[in-house]
Amino acid sequence: MQAETTSKAAVSSLVQPKKQSRLANVWRELKKNKHYYILMSPYMLIFFAFTVVPVIFSIVLSFFYFNMLEFPRFVGWQNYSRLFLNDDVFMIALKNTLLFAVICGPISYLACFLFAWIINELSPKVRAFMTLVFYAPSISGNVFFIWLIIFSGDRYGYLNGFLIKFGFMLEPIQWLTNEKYILPIIMIVQLWLSLGTSFLAFIAGLQTIDKSLIEAGAIDGIRNRWQELWFITLPSMRPQLMFGAVMQITSSFAVADISIALAGFPSVNYAGHTIVTHLMDYGTIRFEMGYASAIATVLFAMMLGANKLTQGLLRKVGE
Amino acid sequence: MVTRMMAAFRMPRRLNRSFTVSFMLFAFLAVFGAFMALPLIYAVNNAFKPLNELFLFPPRFFVNNPTMDNFYDLVALMGNSWVPLSRYIVNTLFITIVGTVGHILLSSAAAYPLAKYRFPGSRILFSIVVMSLMFSGHVTAIPNYMVMSWLGWINTHASIIVPSLAFPLGLFLMKQFMEQIPDALLEAAKIDGANEYRIYWTIVMPNVKPAWLTLMILQFPMLWGSDGGNFIYSENLKTLHYALGQITAGGIARAGVGAAVALILMVVPITLFIISQSNVLQTMATSGMKE
Repeated sequence: MQAETTSKAAVSSLVQPKKQSRLANVWRELKKNKHYYILMSPYMLIFFAFTVVPVIFSIVLSFFYFNMLEFPRFVGWQNYSRLFLNDDVFMIALKNTLLFAVICGPISYLACFLFAWIINELSPKVRAFMTLVFYAPSISGNVFFIWLIIFSGDRYGYLNGFLIKFGFMLEPIQWLTNEKYILPIIMIVQLWLSLGTSFLAFIAGLQTIDKSLIEAGAIDGIRNRWQELWFITLPSMRPQLMFGAVMQITSSFAVADISIALAGFPSVNYAGHTIVTHLMDYGTIRFEMGYASAIATVLFAMMLGANKLTQGLLRKVGE
Repeated sequence: MVTRMMAAFRMPRRLNRSFTVSFMLFAFLAVFGAFMALPLIYAVNNAFKPLNELFLFPPRFFVNNPTMDNFYDLVALMGNSWVPLSRYIVNTLFITIVGTVGHILLSSAAAYPLAKYRFPGSRILFSIVVMSLMFSGHVTAIPNYMVMSWLGWINTHASIIVPSLAFPLGLFLMKQFMEQIPDALLEAAKIDGANEYRIYWTIVMPNVKPAWLTLMILQFPMLWGSDGGNFIYSENLKTLHYALGQITAGGIARAGVGAAVALILMVVPITLFIISQSNVLQTMATSGMKE
């Protein structure tokens, strides 16, 4: 009897503190895991200071007029209404950025997969070599000035020289100052640079596909390579496909450096202008920080929206 | 080479393929491989062309009489300038090495708890990192500039190095790769009395060497090619890529020297990739995103 009551008391004293406060519970949990927080803290500190907080800050700032000198003044939706209703150049930038996203995004994504798929069939040594050939441009990165020589406007430009020599034309074309050609040329160079991280992810993903799945598929009546691709290969590398999509979409919305390097800043009649170069214009030249933040916020929303949309589509692959 | 590649295509694997199809695939790969490789080969050739070949009409692709003149010119040109070339190289190396090593250390330290344990906040933190893969650094450019100026970091190398330490892609790949480490290994270490930091340093880190190299191959070219952006104004703090821009801005007379610098900028990241390729692919195999 005695024992029973003491045990009851012990139980209630055990239960009591739990009810007492959830805060203490959380605190205990935090203390138990403190080593993990300490390990993460340097990274997270920098990550929050330079990525997370700036995004929020940028959204907030987009509702202000701010020129880095005067105190910010709240202007409501004015920056956005000016952006979409009164800024013709932004409309050009928006059009160009969407063109990059719609053309370069899918093409580069498909190219990454297609080349990875073909390369994967090769013997290991040739595969390593071809991987290098296709991946090298994306890491030799800022050497796209080579393309400046190729597309140079005088006849020493490689393309002009070639076309004149073989009689396709008589006079050199000013490739990089002619509105007609600027955008396609930037796209070609962007595609040249775009077989990057996702390409590697696809090659690696293809190599890890379970061989027994393919054998099982052959027994189950998979007849050709297309069926194998759709029913076995693609579904088993869906995680890599997701990852690759994120990489390609984000980079195709962020075209700027190439445009500036090739077509100048600003380019002729804004032919190579993108949202990012528009952002640079207002952020680093005109110092209209509030307006630039509104541009950044629009870009942020577009990138996130495109990514979410694509992920929804990719979930349907192989179903 | 060609016959060997053709043979590679015809290797009987799983479903067989006809000769025509493998020939077409070979041709396809060759054409696009050429598109990818030719500009780089052209850049290499240009660096070794003497002046009279650089301005030949019609322009020639390959170099006929290779010389090292452009490299000597580069040294001579930069030796006369106010800031010597070595200064740009040292700046670039400093930014690249500190940024890359720091990035690998910080992101692996953060990835280890996220990959192996559940604790309050772990999930939300990781999903924030994944979400930040979905927009580029341009989105945060404006506030970043203000943060830098408040911190007084404008015109210091810290303004380039510090933000690069916490790029989300590195953490993401590192975390995905670390998930493969068997829990039993960590448990065993814990029973032997190792604390979390020791486990991280002596067990996890040696096991994720492929992931280090991958982070290196992603981070290195980016910092190596950094031109200082809007943050660096002093000439003696600027980078090699910036110097390249200045040299080529010198116009047609500098074409050879420009090609030489471009070669220097290009060779280093590509060499690193050749060395680390198999490790990088090993890491990328775990790069998948689970919706």
